[in-house]
Amino acid sequence: MRLRLLIAVLAAAVLGLAFTFPWLKTPILLALANGLAVSGVIVLIRAGQVSFGNAMFACLAGYSAAFLARAWHLDALLLIALSCLFAALAGAVIGLFIVRYRGIFFGMLNLALSMVLFSVLGKFGGLTGGTDGLRFDRPTLGFVHLEREPFETALLVLALGLSIIAGWVVQRYFASVSGQALAAIKTNETRLEYLGISAKRVFWGGYVLAATLCGLGGSLFALTQGLVTPEMGYWVRSGELVFIAILGGSGHALGAFIGAFLFEFMKLYTAALLTGAWQLVMGLVLLVMVFVAPTGVFGMIERRLRPGRSA
Amino acid sequence: MKLLKTLTAIAVMTLGSGLAQAQDKPAELKIGITTFISGAASVFGVPAKAAAELLIEEMNAKGGIGGVKVSATYIDEGIGGDKLLSEYRRLVQEQGVRTMLSAISSGNCNIVAPVAEDLKVLNVMWDCGTEKVLEDKRYKYVVRTQANATTEMVATVLYLLKTKPNFSTIAVVNQDYAWGRDSWEIFLNTLKAFKPDVKVVAEMFPKLGASDFSTEISRLQALRPDVILNTSWGGDLDTFVRQASQRGLFTQGATMVLPLAESSLERLGATMPEGVIVGGRGDHYFLHPETKDEPAHKDFVAKFRAKTGAYPIYPTYHMAQALVGLKTGYESAIKANGGKWPSSEQVADAMRKMEFKGYGRTVTMREDGQGLEAQLLGITKRVPQYPFAVMDKMMLVPADLVTTPVGQKSVAWVKTLKADVLKSDRLKSYDFK
Amino acid sequence: MNSSLFALALMDGVSYAALLFLVALGLTLIFGVMRILNIAHGSLYAWGGYFAATLGMGITHFGLSPLLGLPALFVAAIVIGVFLATVLEFALLRRILDKDPILQLLVTFAAFMVLEDLQRMIWGVQPVFVSDVVTQLGTLSVAGVTYTRYQLLVLPAVAVLAFFGLRWFLGRTALGRQVTAVTHHREVATAMGVNTGRVTWLTIAVGGALGALGGALASPTTSFTPGIGAEMMVLSFAVVATGGLGQIGGAALAALMIGLTRSFAVYLMPEVEVLVPYLIMVGVLLVRPEGLFSTAATRRI
Repeated sequence: MRLRLLIAVLAAAVLGLAFTFPWLKTPILLALANGLAVSGVIVLIRAGQVSFGNAMFACLAGYSAAFLARAWHLDALLLIALSCLFAALAGAVIGLFIVRYRGIFFGMLNLALSMVLFSVLGKFGGLTGGTDGLRFDRPTLGFVHLEREPFETALLVLALGLSIIAGWVVQRYFASVSGQALAAIKTNETRLEYLGISAKRVFWGGYVLAATLCGLGGSLFALTQGLVTPEMGYWVRSGELVFIAILGGSGHALGAFIGAFLFEFMKLYTAALLTGAWQLVMGLVLLVMVFVAPTGVFGMIERRLRPGRSA
Repeated sequence: MKLLKTLTAIAVMTLGSGLAQAQDKPAELKIGITTFISGAASVFGVPAKAAAELLIEEMNAKGGIGGVKVSATYIDEGIGGDKLLSEYRRLVQEQGVRTMLSAISSGNCNIVAPVAEDLKVLNVMWDCGTEKVLEDKRYKYVVRTQANATTEMVATVLYLLKTKPNFSTIAVVNQDYAWGRDSWEIFLNTLKAFKPDVKVVAEMFPKLGASDFSTEISRLQALRPDVILNTSWGGDLDTFVRQASQRGLFTQGATMVLPLAESSLERLGATMPEGVIVGGRGDHYFLHPETKDEPAHKDFVAKFRAKTGAYPIYPTYHMAQALVGLKTGYESAIKANGGKWPSSEQVADAMRKMEFKGYGRTVTMREDGQGLEAQLLGITKRVPQYPFAVMDKMMLVPADLVTTPVGQKSVAWVKTLKADVLKSDRLKSYDFK
Repeated sequence: MNSSLFALALMDGVSYAALLFLVALGLTLIFGVMRILNIAHGSLYAWGGYFAATLGMGITHFGLSPLLGLPALFVAAIVIGVFLATVLEFALLRRILDKDPILQLLVTFAAFMVLEDLQRMIWGVQPVFVSDVVTQLGTLSVAGVTYTRYQLLVLPAVAVLAFFGLRWFLGRTALGRQVTAVTHHREVATAMGVNTGRVTWLTIAVGGALGALGGALASPTTSFTPGIGAEMMVLSFAVVATGGLGQIGGAALAALMIGLTRSFAVYLMPEVEVLVPYLIMVGVLLVRPEGLFSTAATRRI
């Protein structure tokens, strides 16, 4: 109950910020998009696996949204739905063979695939716009043509709604049989198999969910910027997603969003105040988090939300 | 829902009043300038920033623009396209900047131009070359105070044909992005209009910021083309010239055509050999044959050297043009507006029908926002006065001979060029003095 | 493609592979002994290169003998490589041995980010290029193409020396055997009386020096700019993953494969060149998930 109250308060705070400072809308949207992608990453972390290539699903979704917008001028809602579907399909196909790998090999194969995507997008400029990326015009939202300001507001409300729903889905998944089996992959996979549950199938399910969430994040990112570049799929981006997961707390979907907001605002202010040192600051923060609070900010909050219960 | 409507209404009203306020003279004219402050391209972008600081200081000492002092915020294009866009939007939306000078990279121009149009912000493209921006779409708020890829490449082809016309094979090594690809497309199509049976033996597009060209150089040495074109700039060009020089690519007999090398001449010093065709993307050169003795130009060169320790290069001249053009545009719009401070739209409009002079020949702006700028090309030569190569056998090509007319697409227009433009008496030649 | 172009592609590929091998070697050594993939290894490459360039500029500035150029590269690499590796090991790596593998990776990622910015603060953003060493050694002509002696002879020679040197060290010296033991099973090695802490430090120092050596040797021919560490990181990952984690022979073979294929791609299909290392990595990992060479490991239930 306290958790739901916290979520409601945070959501209201986000809306409040967005309306009092209109220029914050873009960073908030980007933070929400990142948060969605990171919620995908924490699904994988639940299984004890880290992928340094998850940004490729965000990238794929973004580019498919760009292609569809340029070719058929579809409505934003359709763009989001279709690009997510595409990311999910990609996740399903890639997942078929990638779920056989664990640990460092899983991470590296994801990395390799994301680098292939990154290089292809950068090189075949005729089709993909090359390293400059693809631009597309602002689509209609709900079949209504909006000017820039109202569009951003509406998109922000939509993103917030989708984030809350996604967070709920992830938590329900974690509590479900598949989710608990997924967690067992980390603790003791062989015993899971002994129980008669196919670890690969469970992992595949988790992988597809992660891909879809990353895709959702990517499509929102693309719609906010109106621009997709190969950098969306670069390995350092994937690393940032994992960083956010640890920063915010990988135990709960809310952690993903807390981490994303902290990251976005840290980046904004370090870039403005200490140009050229934001990576330094981020790196130091990450080191502190790993040694002092490995369960992330959410982990710290959780302890206070449930006094008397161990985390 | 009602809350949303009320809040939106408040937001709209604040925005509206913000716009209305723009009509009164602001306390200062805030402009945003994007340039490369990091990465290989910073050898290019940092001098431009220095020039901007110098010129804005000078301008402000004389009262600024229309009596208002100018203050500039700089954005690093080296942070990448999407981060640049975020910063661009933040300046416009958070800090209320209504005039932007952007960008150096053609890729970034392609990105910011539609956004500027959407945000209704005046955007002066001060350095990027891609002709496609103004040809593919008609903009109200986007102008360019310098020439574009077409003008520059066509002038380069003309110079090549006039100085070293006997060749049959050509190879290209360009950066793999908008400028590299577009400049090659125009160059080749123009060349084919004059020499239809020229043979392209290799087309190599290493990525922007590549640090190693050894395989490309090996391939060029093996293929031995008569002409080698490289439209790279900044650190990439420096690296290519150094590595090529180490491997002896310059001495194997090919004519090297480096249309952007004016900006690298001083940095490369003795590494740049003689006999290389170089250009400056416009008539930019501290030893410009027609303007080097003009007091304003000499003053600028001296001040720039005092500030940075180096001679000005073409990005600094482009910056100067953008600032002078901006000032001229504002003043012309103020006059047309009866002395009141103009809106971004009015300035953009004024900038489409004016002339201004930087430190070269006068630049004329046309109705589609494209500037008409003369082109200067030359061949490198070592002289005792300077520890680096200078341009000799220079030629000035007037812009109207080599720029796509309004409303036409470059790729199609260059194919219609006729050989008698080479005999035009408006092409003036100068030797180094 | 005729035989002379073939020979050229071969030579370009080999010299590129030599550089890749040196960097990947360091990475694979560190993984072997700590079971942590050190993402900060790319920074070691960058720092090695920048530091070597600084030393080179210092030599010219103080008018010292230009013959010092080549040895200076090695000195620079060893000094900065050992220093950074020691700092990393002491401050971070040894404290995360018991942590979750995800956290371990993130710690090295954080170290990478910190080093990237520090590098930018120290050496600035302008490209750094000190090529006197190359010009001194001169050029030689093969099949009508001029190569620098540096690129064609020095780089592959160093790589070959490193390969055989390391093999000999690990197989024939007492200390080397201890390193192998710790790589194989840390706990058992400690039980056998090996000073695992010291051996670990030594291996990491050597690994770090090799990474920095890659950068130092690359500095006379390539210009160093911010971001070059990230690029080399991903490439050396590709080599290490393809070759097998902790496998020296694997790293050599993978480096050759990637170097040669990339080189041939530039001659035959230049558009594919950037994809090559990752396609090879995916291809090999799909068929042999542990890389080309791998040791059989028992699975603990």
